[in-house]
Amino acid sequence: MWLSKSHRVLPGFHVGLGYTVTILTLLLILPLVACLLKVATLTPTQFFAAVWTERARATYLLSFGASLVAAVINVAIGLLLAWVLVRYEFWGRRFLDSLIDLPFALPTAVAGLVFSSLLVEKGWYGQVLVPLGIKGAYSQLGIIIVLVFVGLPFVVRTVQPVLESLEGDTEEAAAMLGANRWQTMWRVLLPALQPSLMTGFALSFARGLGEYGSVIFISGNMPFKTEIAPVLIVARLEQFAYAEATAIAVVLMAMSLVSLALVNWLERRSRRYAP
Amino acid sequence: MSISICNISKQFGDFVALKDVSLEVPSGSLLALLGPSGSGKTTLLRIIAGLEQADSGHIKVQDEDVSQLSARDREVGFVFQHYALFKHMSVFENIAFGMRVRHLKDAEVRPRVNELLHLVRLEGLGNRYPSELSGGQRQRVALARALAVKPRLLLLDEPFGALDAKVRQELRTWLRNLHEEMHVTTVFVTHDQEEAFEVADRVVVMKQGHIEQAGTPQDVFDHPATPFVMDFLGHVNVFHGRLEAGQMHLPGFAMEYPEYQHATSRDATAYVRPHEVELDRTPQLETSLPVRVVHVNPAGPVTRVRLVSDAFGAAINVDLSPGRYRELALRPGDQVFATPKRLRVFLPDDYVI
Repeated sequence: MWLSKSHRVLPGFHVGLGYTVTILTLLLILPLVACLLKVATLTPTQFFAAVWTERARATYLLSFGASLVAAVINVAIGLLLAWVLVRYEFWGRRFLDSLIDLPFALPTAVAGLVFSSLLVEKGWYGQVLVPLGIKGAYSQLGIIIVLVFVGLPFVVRTVQPVLESLEGDTEEAAAMLGANRWQTMWRVLLPALQPSLMTGFALSFARGLGEYGSVIFISGNMPFKTEIAPVLIVARLEQFAYAEATAIAVVLMAMSLVSLALVNWLERRSRRYAP
Repeated sequence: MSISICNISKQFGDFVALKDVSLEVPSGSLLALLGPSGSGKTTLLRIIAGLEQADSGHIKVQDEDVSQLSARDREVGFVFQHYALFKHMSVFENIAFGMRVRHLKDAEVRPRVNELLHLVRLEGLGNRYPSELSGGQRQRVALARALAVKPRLLLLDEPFGALDAKVRQELRTWLRNLHEEMHVTTVFVTHDQEEAFEVADRVVVMKQGHIEQAGTPQDVFDHPATPFVMDFLGHVNVFHGRLEAGQMHLPGFAMEYPEYQHATSRDATAYVRPHEVELDRTPQLETSLPVRVVHVNPAGPVTRVRLVSDAFGAAINVDLSPGRYRELALRPGDQVFATPKRLRVFLPDDYVI
């Protein structure tokens, strides 16, 4: 690779690598190093005391748990939405299709505000749900709802192109071989979509971990109950405990990296048949 | 198993894909549906398979009316032009698929798949994925997969359409041999007349949703029923002229046509196949046409010569045997004489000769 002289469209490998490294350094690595340096001002005991309190552990659990549940829900809803948008022709399809991207553009704080006003006792949804004992606003359920909202487009947009590229004759082939709809779905279509579903899952999950704006408006931010890790960081900042805030951030980052690496590995494994 | 296709019609919106098509496919035969795109050949195949529903008419397989059966209940093997293999499954699992969905035991599946891998000459490749195979190998996997469930019929939609010339040739011969071993009633769709004639024992020529002619390859080639069939079967030379008292009169020259002896003159179109024209340095008959050589293509089993008649103003294509070509030593610009040996005349209003 280092020595190969080839005629590529983009300028040589060295220029390309230099560019990539520079951008990554400026955008990712230097900020990370800054975080780590800040954390290094703490002694190990202080560090541990900052990041492993009962309250902090509760926020990690909620951040990861809610993101995980939301990502799972998004995979199910997103697959169905993508299916309908790709496979059926109907009036207003293009409009619906462009609507999918809305959560990308909408300030997430707006989403949080709108959902919390809908889910409170007097809100449109709340009127129906609260008497049934389902409390959407200021609860963990609310967090999951807004995370589903912000993560949904990731699944739809990753599954859609793959679904479009799946030729109809694959399904016809399954039918000709005697498979019923159920068998065609489970044995032929889902396995073919699995890598893109995994990618959509990973993106939605990652988005959920980093989400802040919408959650603070719907969760109520009650310690031990509805406080997510980013909120705890802000809480620490407000107490001018910068090093402690950064320590929690670093732990959150490390956990995110590990879980994303895991999802990526699973995704690569599910792609092994298409080298 | 024989297939009876009775009065099938099919319309897609305003487009008439098939109009009142009837056809018998004898048990154990290998039949080619031949025609240009839009002739309805693929639609007919898909209706036989149950992938498409006819607007009217019915399909019988060995006296059983299958028109109302869904594709999965018809026990038909279908091979798609673009293979339609399951990309996430190994070759082995692709072939096993039909048996897996029928919940056959592994002890039954394994030997059958191995037998089929042997049949399509892909032993040892069972663990590969379709993306690791060549086009020809993929099409053979598709065929093995279709045969695995012991179908009553085998249908192939332009099976070699996406392959390069050499592989096509090999697979044609191989399909022919395979059919001789298996004797499954087989229908395949092609737009390549050479392929149809080489592989099939019955050829059905289709045009704009109806059958122009059906018969053995020999029948169809020697006795084309319509100008369309004649035209479709090769680069044929077409002459428009008048028919009168045993002669076909064209501007500038005439050709013998003893089949028409009426004195009344009629407009007619004459077709001459490129290999049914002789070329000479000196005129063979009084009526031989003086022509000028424009282009010679000596590559291939026949030498293709393009000529133009300066008096007549038309291009003529002639196929020569390489031996004859060497004898004549033709070069572009040479003046020679063309003598049609066999003429087929079609009268415009279906006049019966």
